[in-house]
Amino acid sequence: MDSLFPLILFGVLLVTGFIFGGIAERCHYASIRERERQLADILLVPGKQPPEGLGDCSTAFVCGSAVIGMDYFKKALAAFVNFLGGRIGAYETLVERARREAILRMKEEARRENGRYICNIKFSTANIMGQKAKQAGCVEVIAYGTAIVPHDS
Amino acid sequence: MTSLLLSTMETVPGHVIRKHLGLVQGSSVRSKHFGRDLMASLKNMVGGELKGYTELLQETRDEALERMQAEAVSIGANAVLNVRLATSSVATGAAEVFAYGTAVVLEALPATA
Repeated sequence: MDSLFPLILFGVLLVTGFIFGGIAERCHYASIRERERQLADILLVPGKQPPEGLGDCSTAFVCGSAVIGMDYFKKALAAFVNFLGGRIGAYETLVERARREAILRMKEEARRENGRYICNIKFSTANIMGQKAKQAGCVEVIAYGTAIVPHDS
Repeated sequence: MTSLLLSTMETVPGHVIRKHLGLVQGSSVRSKHFGRDLMASLKNMVGGELKGYTELLQETRDEALERMQAEAVSIGANAVLNVRLATSSVATGAAEVFAYGTAVVLEALPATA
């Protein structure tokens, strides 16, 4: 019986991760899409120069960050796929969510500053949780750039 | 401190660079208390955003930027251009953010009609 306990715990974690992680991810994606629609009028310009012909404008430094973790089910799945090699979808959605969330937060800050464009956007990714196999599966993204605030608005 | 302009661009529209003062930098390493780490690892079971760590990253970044601005002010700059942020993990549960940029003295051009 004692030897069964870790197995049961593993199963429970797997199922909870699958159910709640799945719900959380769908909710997060819905919220990301909704806010992306609301903030679509702020243009992102990865180039170094602001668009031509803007006239008088001021600038502001804006940034946004997000830390997103991966659920237990996906972690187990990723470990298994990693063993076989190939595309790991679980990690792809994780990084995509973190990046889109960070961009949205940066845009929200630009909106507060009345910015219409964000130029020269840079990304930085880090790992706070450490490299231990059990703790991996959480990603931190910082997005930052320069918001352009035209004066005629 | 708010009068200092930060920008990720190399130039600022409507301004001209009068003086170039070289590289300024600021870094900060911070961590959350044990309780927050525990909560984060529990939350990581089901995935989703780890709010405690997002907050940690934000505080660390603000402090690194503040230190960089302080250095820029101390050498007489009124703007820092080409700002870059870099992050790394020096220990589990701790974040290091490193901010650097070019300190300059900007002068506003007369407004173009």
